[in-house]
Amino acid sequence: MIKSQRILALSLIGLAMVAACKKKQADTGVVPVSTPPTETCDQRCRDSIAADEARRLAAARQDSINAANEARNRALATVREALAAKVYFDYDASDLSSEARATLDAKLAIFQANPGLRIRVAGHADERGSDEYNLALGQRRAVAVKRYLSDQGIDPSRIDVVSYGEERPEVTDGTEEGYRMNRRAEFEITAGGETLVPPR
Amino acid sequence: MRFLQCGTAALPLALLALAARPNAAPAQDTTWKEGVRITGIYTPGSKPGLLVLPTTGPNADSLRAIFQRDFQHGDRINVIAMDAATVPPPNSDGRLNYLLYARLGANALLQVDPTSYGIRVVIHSVGRGQIERSREFPLPSARDTPDWRLAVHAVADEVEQAITGVKGISATRILYVSQGRVWQIDSDGANATPLTGNVGAMSPAWHPKASHIAYTSLTDAGARVVIREIGGATRTLNSTPGGMSSSPTFSPDGNTLVYTHGKELGTDLYAVNAFGSDPARRVTVGRGSDNTSPTFSPDGRRIAFTSNRPGRPDVYISDADGTNAEWLMPFNFGDQSYRSDPDWSPDGRLIAFQSQIAGNFQIMTVSPRDRAVKMLTSTGVNENASWAPDSRHIVFTSTRGGSRQLWIVDTESGTFRQLTHAPGGARHGEWSPHLSTR
Repeated sequence: MIKSQRILALSLIGLAMVAACKKKQADTGVVPVSTPPTETCDQRCRDSIAADEARRLAAARQDSINAANEARNRALATVREALAAKVYFDYDASDLSSEARATLDAKLAIFQANPGLRIRVAGHADERGSDEYNLALGQRRAVAVKRYLSDQGIDPSRIDVVSYGEERPEVTDGTEEGYRMNRRAEFEITAGGETLVPPR
Repeated sequence: MRFLQCGTAALPLALLALAARPNAAPAQDTTWKEGVRITGIYTPGSKPGLLVLPTTGPNADSLRAIFQRDFQHGDRINVIAMDAATVPPPNSDGRLNYLLYARLGANALLQVDPTSYGIRVVIHSVGRGQIERSREFPLPSARDTPDWRLAVHAVADEVEQAITGVKGISATRILYVSQGRVWQIDSDGANATPLTGNVGAMSPAWHPKASHIAYTSLTDAGARVVIREIGGATRTLNSTPGGMSSSPTFSPDGNTLVYTHGKELGTDLYAVNAFGSDPARRVTVGRGSDNTSPTFSPDGRRIAFTSNRPGRPDVYISDADGTNAEWLMPFNFGDQSYRSDPDWSPDGRLIAFQSQIAGNFQIMTVSPRDRAVKMLTSTGVNENASWAPDSRHIVFTSTRGGSRQLWIVDTESGTFRQLTHAPGGARHGEWSPHLSTR
């Protein structure tokens, strides 16, 4: 499975390279044809033109590789962003809003495309409640997220949960908005992060 | 512990002032009984005036200062504050002029003299013009160490018991959390000492014999309960693997540890042999609700805890096995108050808890018998109440001074004092039982 994906990835890179080459040549307007010897250009002259041509081709190839890598990195960054996207909760609640469910739905395809992927969901609370109760509340939030994902077909053994209660606030300004930002579940990749591929 | 009673007026007063040792004392030895007060000194409802006479010998000034401060903190004795130099000295014949001390407001005098291995403490009744109690106390030879101070505090507590009938609370320490570590601090604010490294500590609890502590350690694998022998080994509880385990408390007999555990749906209280490896027994059946912050009644037969089974956090009490759970607070239709973190007083008469008023927690007490409620705080955010062994003082976390620190309130007079000045703040105060000196 992984092997076939690698091949797929490589062939994608190849396609991207070819595409990039064509684009580059069109941009510069250079047509690589061998130049016949003329009175004004001897063998040395022609060699120098050929060497120049080779350099230009190598550079174009490198550009296309870079472009493909960039595209891949961009896609992976999008994947990581979607995986890490936090979900937020109401005060003393662990219900998932439609917004939270949409955030979680965006993670489903990534789970399906990456069978080796495992994550840890960390539940947090804002700093207004009881410290000890909030530890339980953070656990309830993390478990709610795990249950939603497993209800959508993700193997629950791929999801660990942890609660940090109100011990690790993201914002400490004491405003309503700050409290809202702290009532959250965070996502951390615990395995499969190196071989991550974007979903098709 | 007992004081020797040497109330015979026939004893030469000159000898009294010199703190003569009553060698013939055994015949007059009256066992000190709790609740018995010295006649003429204590009148209920008013605090007896006590003058601590200037002391001599090594550490005299710090001894006098510690005693005076301990009595002030106890809130049962009115310490007559006088510079040592301005306290009237004994007459030229060595006798104490009790009338003069009476005019200064003193009902009792405390005379402290050094002995070869500690101190001799003599309590004079000003009204009766005689010595009421006299006793020697050994002290550690290394002065001003934590052990020495604890021994001095223990003497102060005995004196307070002799004068008021109630043992003082100065020979105690308070556990708390600061910057991820468990600390302890003496009841007078001295000797703040870390007991752990930064382990993401929360919710420390004393064993009733003060031989062990338990606390929550917040790790990336989840919260864990740790039991630690004072000066000994540390053990992570594994009676309920995985998930989160937190908020430990020992039963009054010290054999059982009750804590919160949650893995999938809801968190419940579990009980486990504190020093064995038995599997844990589930106490609450919360059916998906969260149940945490347990505290035992002093007889060990009831527990109070936080539960959100009504849809919001509130305080419940139940039998120690989790049956017969009921709301602690009287039902008020439409009441949506957030109440949590109960702590049962050592005498069993009151339960302290925190309740949100206008968004901020305030410390309250409720009588489990008649459900009468009393609000103790109103300034800042106040939480994590823990009773002193006298069932009168409470240590709690408060923001009233700006940063989050531990404060102590006298529930009878409503006076406050700040206990910690910890950089980075302090919280989760847990008052020890009376500590015995080694």
